[in-house]
Amino acid sequence: MATATTEIRVTPEIAAEHGLTAEEYARVKQILGREPNITELGIFSVMWSEHCSYKSSKVHLKRLPTRGKLVVQGPGENAGVVDIGDGLVAAFKIESHNHPSYVEPFQGATTGVGGILRDIFTMGARPIAVLDSLRFGEIIAGKRTTKEEAAKNRRILDGVVRGIGSYGNCFGVPTVGGEVAFEPCYSQNPLVNALALGIARKEDLFFAKAKGAGNPVIYVGAKTGRDGIHGASLLASAEFTEESRQKRPNVQVGDPFMEKLLLEACLEAMQTGAVVAIQDMGAAGLTCSTVEMASRGGTGIEIDLAKVPQRETGMTPYEIMLSESQERMLLVAEKGREHEVLAVFKKWGLDAVVVGRVTEGGLARIKNSGSVAAEIPAHPLAEEGPVYNRPIAAPAPRVESEKDWFAFAPEGTNLTQNFLKLLASPAIASKRWITEQYDTSVRTNTLAGPGASDAAVVRIKDPKTNVVKRALALSTDGNGRWCQLNPRVGAMHAVAEAARNIAASGARPIAATNCLNFGSPEKPEVMWQFSETIDGIAVACNALGTPITGGNVSFYNETLGKSIFPTPVIGMLGVLDDVSRVLKIAFRNDGDTIVLLDGFGVGATLGSPAGGASPAPTLGLIPRTDLGNQSPACHSERSEESGLVPPVIASRQFSSSEYSKTVGGIVAGEPPAIDLATEKRLINCLVALAADGAVESAHDISDGGLAVTLAESCFANQPDACHPESPRSSRGEGSAFSFLGATVNLDDSSPAEHALFGERGARAIVSVSRTNLAAVLAIARQYNVAAREIGRITRGDAFRIEHKGRAVIDSPVEILHDAWAHSLERSISGK
Amino acid sequence: MKFGVVVFPGSNCDHDAFYAIGNVLKKPVEFIWHQSEDLANCDAIILPGGFSYGDYLRTGAIARFSPVMNSVEKFAHSGGLVLGICNGFQILCEAGLLPGAMMRNSGLRFICRHVHIRVEQTDTPFTNAAERGQILKIPIAHSDGNYTCDEATLADLERNRQVIFRYTTPDGKDDDAGNPNGAVRNIAGVCNRERNVAGLMPHPERASEAALGSADGLVIFRSMVEALVGAAKATA
Repeated sequence: MATATTEIRVTPEIAAEHGLTAEEYARVKQILGREPNITELGIFSVMWSEHCSYKSSKVHLKRLPTRGKLVVQGPGENAGVVDIGDGLVAAFKIESHNHPSYVEPFQGATTGVGGILRDIFTMGARPIAVLDSLRFGEIIAGKRTTKEEAAKNRRILDGVVRGIGSYGNCFGVPTVGGEVAFEPCYSQNPLVNALALGIARKEDLFFAKAKGAGNPVIYVGAKTGRDGIHGASLLASAEFTEESRQKRPNVQVGDPFMEKLLLEACLEAMQTGAVVAIQDMGAAGLTCSTVEMASRGGTGIEIDLAKVPQRETGMTPYEIMLSESQERMLLVAEKGREHEVLAVFKKWGLDAVVVGRVTEGGLARIKNSGSVAAEIPAHPLAEEGPVYNRPIAAPAPRVESEKDWFAFAPEGTNLTQNFLKLLASPAIASKRWITEQYDTSVRTNTLAGPGASDAAVVRIKDPKTNVVKRALALSTDGNGRWCQLNPRVGAMHAVAEAARNIAASGARPIAATNCLNFGSPEKPEVMWQFSETIDGIAVACNALGTPITGGNVSFYNETLGKSIFPTPVIGMLGVLDDVSRVLKIAFRNDGDTIVLLDGFGVGATLGSPAGGASPAPTLGLIPRTDLGNQSPACHSERSEESGLVPPVIASRQFSSSEYSKTVGGIVAGEPPAIDLATEKRLINCLVALAADGAVESAHDISDGGLAVTLAESCFANQPDACHPESPRSSRGEGSAFSFLGATVNLDDSSPAEHALFGERGARAIVSVSRTNLAAVLAIARQYNVAAREIGRITRGDAFRIEHKGRAVIDSPVEILHDAWAHSLERSISGK
Repeated sequence: MKFGVVVFPGSNCDHDAFYAIGNVLKKPVEFIWHQSEDLANCDAIILPGGFSYGDYLRTGAIARFSPVMNSVEKFAHSGGLVLGICNGFQILCEAGLLPGAMMRNSGLRFICRHVHIRVEQTDTPFTNAAERGQILKIPIAHSDGNYTCDEATLADLERNRQVIFRYTTPDGKDDDAGNPNGAVRNIAGVCNRERNVAGLMPHPERASEAALGSADGLVIFRSMVEALVGAAKATA
């Protein structure tokens, strides 16, 4: 490492070690008009890392819809901001912390949460909710996972969950939702995507734009140490090798208490009116915050590193500039009023030091006492970095035939045992073991916490008056398996399901954020997946009217040359005007009718929202979807006239389901066909039903299909569903289980497994009282959504689904519940 | 009548307590900064939940040395009402205003969920509006709520009827199944011998509106209001 006295001379080899290509290095020299010194090289290398510069993704990200009448701030700031009415705005964003979480699960996850929280309160918004979208390798040993691997994956899961909890719980933000999924491909490369939501009054928003030459630049928060040098920026910009564990010292360490102080102090300082701009120090720390603030504001900036509070002695300019120590902020104050800002930080016991000033002329000048350590034009460094339109190549088509796909069980097979297996699979099983380790109720806004509704729902209190206004709903979704099989359709599903989840909570989806987790962009197949995914998201977000307001790209999710499944995660935000209208999944009353809503509608031609003559999917085959050129595979195989897809396609699309994976051991085929107009109809219908107060419960059909949806609605009814009996309390000893059961009759000619466990979208279950049934059916008709009465909620413990007149699932709810409720805990404890 | 909610560095349920008193019960309430020794003429003091000083070292161990605690101690000794919730309970134990101490939860993990607690005593300013034996559904959210004390203290607590809340099953059994964190004798909350200082691990402020899943916690704040009204009448 360089020191102030023995400066390392920069050579092309050293530049290469910093991850700069020969062309990039030439560009550096061109911008500077000379050779960089080692500190400057370090600065360029982090600013132009994949993580900070988006150099491989930029050209594609442009295709995402980012505007809308509610969008106050799109991509490019610390977080996206949307108008949520009453003079309030919501700031929200999702970000990955995948690589650090593999190297050191606990700290990787804590700093992931810490980073996204800072992004939110940097905007002046107080964080009110966090969601986490997690992907791990299989935690149960099996065909493709050894015992050792499963044990390692459990340790990673445990560390990540503890990390998320430890940070959010101490900081005081409720972790209200998210999802967890398991696939072998995440074994060497887990995904930890954290979403944070904050609210502010519109006029109180802050931006990271330096303004006003002469204004002081103030460093606040934790001291700078040698931790995390090249942490996020470089860990996330190269794939893993066997040596990656040695990168543990590169992982940052989180201090949620410090962040809590920083939050309160920043919000209070902002209220003084003396803060001009503010930016958190995340990836690439002081480098990124100084350069980006200057670049965005069209100014220059000058700081003196000797003034930066330091945790260790003898740090070089290189180390100080590249440190990723957590819980730090850089802000610009109004000249002459800096004492007001400093006083607030002093009150909270935090370091706050004037380290420099805003200058004219666009130079970022980094001094170290008397000498100049680095001098770089800010704008070219931040905005004129390399942009790559990397080669794209579709992978060779998968050669599959009928024998590779799921073969449906013969008619009349009792599927109860398979259903139990599905309910106990980690993907479907209750996530209570995880979510109970998170504080889900702090801030007293949580109207629907984990598992209560399809989306997490938090009410909003006006930051000034504490008066409750409306509520916001949030959901994260993304099915890596589907994206692997067809990235474009998989990505559309991610958007559609997230939006459907919002609507099933009663809220109207208004905007989205995305976290795009992929393998190496240097592989043409990965870039093809990426490009297809972007197109899928763009089409779906346009169709559903939910612009993307920000997010994050995480490339190089590979270990030893193997990529993860392409995994876009969509975080969707919705608004619920009437806080008393939250829809939850729990069945409520014995005797209520169970209605299956299907966006495919009555008499609607698929792909033509105007309606037409094609039949409802009563023949049980999946209705064909006119995907046009979006999915050549589907397109070429659809049967032109019938409006239905032949059975072989049903089997092919079923092969990508959770049931196919868990019960059949088959992951193949295609994701279910999707039609966005259809999805939109269902979404509008659900929002209308909620506003009308017409339904008792709502639950969309997704992983595990209709059967899982019905069972979860029964489980959630248990009076203490939020804390079911612990495993040690034996059943039977008079424990007052008072589930509601369900009796359902599927009058459907498709194979039973397809009817029960198929995952086609645009469907939801609602339960309806006798008095409201006619109204519900009328509303569904109005939105051109098919509403079929498929069964009834029953008092007692029976869960029974008939198909073609024969019982295919028949079990006490309690048995099903037991399989579902405790499976994750049992797997994790290794039993 | 005025409530004061103390804000320590790291308190994170201060806003929630403030909201429950000010917006739900609609009683006057203000924040008191931990460095202030002035309790602003408050009639009842709440030490809120959170992670004061990050809970580094030991829960509540640093906060008890905040300047405000000198005043809280004097206030308590002169008969003022002091309620510690979660971290506030831990601070009161550390400060010696309540007996006992907290250990790590028996499951060694943070737990957040609704639990049930039984009101054991109603002759305290924190429970006078409740029925004896009443079961309250209130959330917990902590890593260190495993209440413990030595045998002699435990005997004292029981003899003086200082255990005011016990964890139970939904149907009121104070057995292991109802105990979320391993607390000795399912103790969820205690008061001092004089009955004017109390602490509990569950969060009544989070159970103050039906929309949040339960309004059972309100009875604790209502009790405090009634006690203060009663005291005011007595002096008038």
